[in-house]
Amino acid sequence: MADETANRWDPGVHSYASMGYYAPDYQPKDTDVLAVFRVTPQDGVDPIEAGAAVAGESSTATWTVVWTDRLTANSHYQAKCYRVDEVPGRPGEYFTYVAYDIDLFEEGSIANLTSSIIGNVFGFKPLKALRLEDLRIPVAYVKTFQGPPHGIVMEREYLNKYGRPLLGATVKPKLGLSARNYGRVVYEACRGGLDFTKDDENINSQPFMRWRDRFLFGMEGVNKAMADTGEIKGHYLNVTAATVEEMYERAELAKDLGSVVVMIDLTIGFTAMQSMSHWARKNGVLLHLHRAGHSTYTRQKTHGVSFRVLAKWCRLIGIDHLHAGTVVGKLEGDPATTRGYYDTLRDDHIPMNMAHGIFFDQDWASMPGVMPVASGGIHAGQMHQLVDLFGDDVVLQFGGGTIGHPLGIAAGAESNRVALEAMIKARNEGKDLLKEGPDLLRKAAERCHPLEVALATWGDVTFDYTSTDAPDAVPTVSL
Amino acid sequence: MKLRHGAFSYLPELTDDEIAAQVRYALLNDWPLSIEYTDDPHPRNIYWEMWGLPLFDLDEPDGVMAEINACRATFPRHYIRVLAYDARLGRQTTALHFLVQRPAEEPGFLLTRSEGHDRQQTYAVHSYATATAVGRNGSERR
Repeated sequence: MADETANRWDPGVHSYASMGYYAPDYQPKDTDVLAVFRVTPQDGVDPIEAGAAVAGESSTATWTVVWTDRLTANSHYQAKCYRVDEVPGRPGEYFTYVAYDIDLFEEGSIANLTSSIIGNVFGFKPLKALRLEDLRIPVAYVKTFQGPPHGIVMEREYLNKYGRPLLGATVKPKLGLSARNYGRVVYEACRGGLDFTKDDENINSQPFMRWRDRFLFGMEGVNKAMADTGEIKGHYLNVTAATVEEMYERAELAKDLGSVVVMIDLTIGFTAMQSMSHWARKNGVLLHLHRAGHSTYTRQKTHGVSFRVLAKWCRLIGIDHLHAGTVVGKLEGDPATTRGYYDTLRDDHIPMNMAHGIFFDQDWASMPGVMPVASGGIHAGQMHQLVDLFGDDVVLQFGGGTIGHPLGIAAGAESNRVALEAMIKARNEGKDLLKEGPDLLRKAAERCHPLEVALATWGDVTFDYTSTDAPDAVPTVSL
Repeated sequence: MKLRHGAFSYLPELTDDEIAAQVRYALLNDWPLSIEYTDDPHPRNIYWEMWGLPLFDLDEPDGVMAEINACRATFPRHYIRVLAYDARLGRQTTALHFLVQRPAEEPGFLLTRSEGHDRQQTYAVHSYATATAVGRNGSERR
């Protein structure tokens, strides 16, 4: 590094900290985007310089001084690392706070926001690893996004369903069913008592079943189930395709067939997601997002992007449903961390709560909430825990737990619906679900044979593994 | 058929004590209750007839139960539901609804299809109850 007493504008290489990217006295403005990174510097790299480098490389800096900086109001555009804390119990890792002026970002563009904040900086050599833990989106920037096409309240009004979680199931097997067999699963699950069925993330338009056939047979199942029950039903028709134009074509047919919902995968990319969000708002169709691929960068706590940040981007992008974990099911999910995701998606104001992994207050300024989806290895025997964990505004999806029922798919659906309604009724009556839940389920099963069979089949199935992404304790040491 | 509507339509019919317990839960949440009835439970029939105005400012379920019973006495062959409303900022919508009466005979629904181009079907759900011009039970109003 060059002599620290050198002039800031002397040609050559200076420390990032000395160039203004470390500003411990900086008071973040209400309009700043604030980020907290978990920085793991290479051995011998000073944590403050590492934090300044993250601020620099995610904003204006390059590796050497350039005179053209002097043609700008440089300090305005510099991101500022304003706080560095040791991560408790994790030697060599630092929570590093960075403030970005709102002028750095294009209005209403997640592509632009992410190109800055998770752009080049994640490959920066002086760092062993880097993780974006949380992001405070200022209200001024929130207001430049459309947000969810409809949101939780409007979804309930579309569906005419209130006072309980919604129920769904992903059609299984994921791959190989013909359109006719696929629609059978949709029909049986919906007539048995589920509100939704769902395409899986990798069901798009393969040789065994092309998208158009799936849409036609699926909607036959949905409409028959509506007439059988008198309830509105839906099947998440996955319109994920190779181009946005192709997705529009598929979504248009879904709409023409009267589907209340279409689905996209995270793999289509942020810009395509925003395009589909605008389509969904314009056409009055709910938009379900499957977070396919997210675990490649959200799961390990030292490197990548926390799911809570992805959840915020998704709320801004504008989707109506987002898979957010089950805690008790087969996929990763620490209870406190997962609670933080649910709050982030559903609430209007989320206060800082380090125990839930929430580093900043977040205001959504009345942007509608996103309905979280709990899916993956859950069954009727866990209904008391699920209702206790997640409350009413959630879609509980039982794929195997519906379709794998020994008495058939409709019986599987009925057992889930009866278990759910019994738990909601008991909760409203003031019962303690965690304590009395298993007894209440058994009692409900006395009047519902399919539930009795479900409890006998899966009652004691649990997925009890240590979580990889629990929040680290409240940082107390300030450097 | 058995109409599936509201939060508890897969459980045995709620007793009046069980209804009162749900009403109490709503009141504890500051959700005023209202009562609606219909002879056409089409899934997209949003606006059932209102049994008077929402019951604001109640503390105990008794007043709601009395209105439910009055509605039942007037419309013994209709569907009747109770709704709890959450007026908080960010909700401003129904928080809970459930049936408190269903007719002895439930006529159900007819699914019609009209053939379109390229194998597309246009679906419509019809209430058998509305097969007559004024509805199966007549267009009763209070």
